[in-house]
Amino acid sequence: MSVRTSRQTVDGLLPSPVPVRFVAEDGTAVQPPAGYPVPADERLLEAYRRMVLGRRFDRQATALTKQGRLAVYPSSRGQEACQIAGVLALREDDWVFPTYRESVALVSRGIDPVEVLTLLRGGWHCGYDPVATRVAPQCTPLATQTIHAVGMAEALRRKGQDGVVMAFIGDGGTSEGDFHEALNYAAVLHAPVVFFVQNNKYAISVPLAKQSAAPALAYKGIGYGIRSEQVDGNDLVAVLSVLTAAVEHARTGGGPFLVEAHTYRMDAHTNADDATRYRETGEVERWESADPLARLETYLRERGLLDPEAVASAHQAAEEFAARVRDEMNADPEMDPFELFDHVFAEPTPQLREQRALLASELTAQED
Amino acid sequence: MAAMTMAQALNAALRDALREDERALVFGEDVGPLGGVFRITDGLTKEFGEDRCFDTPLAEAGIVGLAVGMAMGGFRPVVEMQFDAFAYPAFEQIASHVAKLRNRTRGRLSLPMVIRIPYAGGIGGVEHHCDSSEAYYAHTPGLKVVTPATPDDAYWLLRDAIADPDPVIFMEPKRLYWSKGETTLGDRRAAGFGQAAVLREGRDATLIAYGPSIPVALQAAEAAAQDGIALEVVDLRTIVPFDDATVVSSVRKTGRCVVIQEAQGFAGVGAEIAARVQERCFHSLAAPVLRVSGFDIPYPPPMLEHSHLPDVDRVLDAVDRLQFGDEPDVFHLAGEAS
Ligand SMILES: Cc1ncc(C[n+]2csc(CCOP(=O)(O)OP(=O)(O)O)c2C)c(N)n1
Ligand SMILES: [Mg+2]
Repeated sequence: MSVRTSRQTVDGLLPSPVPVRFVAEDGTAVQPPAGYPVPADERLLEAYRRMVLGRRFDRQATALTKQGRLAVYPSSRGQEACQIAGVLALREDDWVFPTYRESVALVSRGIDPVEVLTLLRGGWHCGYDPVATRVAPQCTPLATQTIHAVGMAEALRRKGQDGVVMAFIGDGGTSEGDFHEALNYAAVLHAPVVFFVQNNKYAISVPLAKQSAAPALAYKGIGYGIRSEQVDGNDLVAVLSVLTAAVEHARTGGGPFLVEAHTYRMDAHTNADDATRYRETGEVERWESADPLARLETYLRERGLLDPEAVASAHQAAEEFAARVRDEMNADPEMDPFELFDHVFAEPTPQLREQRALLASELTAQED
Repeated sequence: MAAMTMAQALNAALRDALREDERALVFGEDVGPLGGVFRITDGLTKEFGEDRCFDTPLAEAGIVGLAVGMAMGGFRPVVEMQFDAFAYPAFEQIASHVAKLRNRTRGRLSLPMVIRIPYAGGIGGVEHHCDSSEAYYAHTPGLKVVTPATPDDAYWLLRDAIADPDPVIFMEPKRLYWSKGETTLGDRRAAGFGQAAVLREGRDATLIAYGPSIPVALQAAEAAAQDGIALEVVDLRTIVPFDDATVVSSVRKTGRCVVIQEAQGFAGVGAEIAARVQERCFHSLAAPVLRVSGFDIPYPPPMLEHSHLPDVDRVLDAVDRLQFGDEPDVFHLAGEAS
């Protein structure tokens, strides 16, 4: 680790005083701040198709909880602009460190949906191959993944690769100590990592006001010397533009970057939660009018980039995808109880071998 | 064969590992130019450069979490926790990630990393510098827990830990850092993980111990020999994996067993050993398996630690209570009568 002597000035680190925005809630274009280009048309259309698919997938997953096919599902409805832009801003050889909330992002990354849902179905703790996908297992202990992301970023840098690591985290997670340790380590190591805070206004039931007194969560980067930005998280164009810039900053040796996206969790924390106990339905309804998908659709139509056929075909693809997810999730997975012992260590200990034999005899007895 | 201290042996192990495996890295608090507060990393930054052995910001969860990410990225981090009690901030990282990543990912990701923890007391350390925290780690599936008692084991077990495909909690008994012994650096004699060592043979009773308690056990055996009692001393070397076979064959032979641990006794490693011995050697036992341990108190201030630490007398008292004359254990009966 080399010691860096030059200190950045606060000016170069400060986020925009108001969230960066390209598209107003009614879908009309607004003047964005300088320095953030509008993403190319084809990327925006790709993002639109993925958002349509992501929202449909999310609805399907919620339905699967009602049918008892998923043990639990944390919906990201309303956060699709973040979910999609978060992975669209990355290359395939970049790494993702997601939380439990990121199922839509992982599906958008191209991971098999059944593998994504394996954790929530209860089949195993992580269903996909993290090495092949360069996606760490979805992380539940809040903020603990952010420091792993720094370690991975440092590993990539040392290996001479120009990969970037994106660490997802929620607003509540930014109160955890590990988040602050991760910011500090990333800054000191100058690691190519982007911290992406989806501020969906709640940590289960606890509203943002009880979580933090910071002017915005984006300011949490400043004290550590990390360049930071805040963005309208329901404006796909803005989120994609800012994240693309953040990733580029990290990739080209600029060091870590913190982005806070202001969004809203439309559904309860998970299907097991009752959000009416802690928030007014009026509040949720107000956020309906800030819906990220409708906003992008209006914007793209007004720019003449999206016609009704393209809309229909995006929805058609989403329906087919959802049908596939439903069918595959309706099949019972093959479970192997002996696998419980297979991955504790590379080589099972003698004690684990004994316990495996004990389970075998229990299972044989049950069969008789 | 060369005589060196345990501290020197650990330093040599780190040095040789850094030399032989370019993926190996050492980091932690003050491990760079200072060489660590116990000088275990002395000279490594100088020899291998700041990239291979470096100081981190103060944050133990950060140190361990960084190691997790770097191990995922192909490196083999060896991190130092400055003292036992200062590893607690990292416990979430250790219990939720270090121990579980292989299992969570069905073996697609493994964490070849070592967390070195100077532990236990007997050095006159003030509070928070003398905890025996091995049971927390041993109770966590997915961690290997290793604790050497001799310089030779310190060298080879640390080399093995660094080469191991799984995470290892490497517990260094700090009061043995300056103890000397013969080492076989170029010509390995030491056994690997999961193999306990019989340090002294005897037929009358077995003392089972590990780490900081080994010298106490050996001294007790020496003293007992003066009275004509031949005690066998078993050094676990690795708590996880646990060597049932060596323990069982010793106790089946002697028929009596005292388990020694410096840690507070309740729910400790010694309790696990006693239970295992009782389950496997019941018909060979001529007396209850006894435990000798520290008391169930927060680690005492330095001027009182001698009252807390298991010493030769406490061990020999337990040996006396092994019903060689077939009397019941008055120590335990007395507790019930009051
Ligand atoms: C260390 C830790 N403490 C508590 C929890 C329980 N928990 C799960 S999600 C959650 C709220 C997190 O809120 P936020 O970071 O805003 O993310 P969101 O769920 O809104 O996406 C809590 C308290 C946990 N998973 N980990
Ligand atoms: Mg939240």
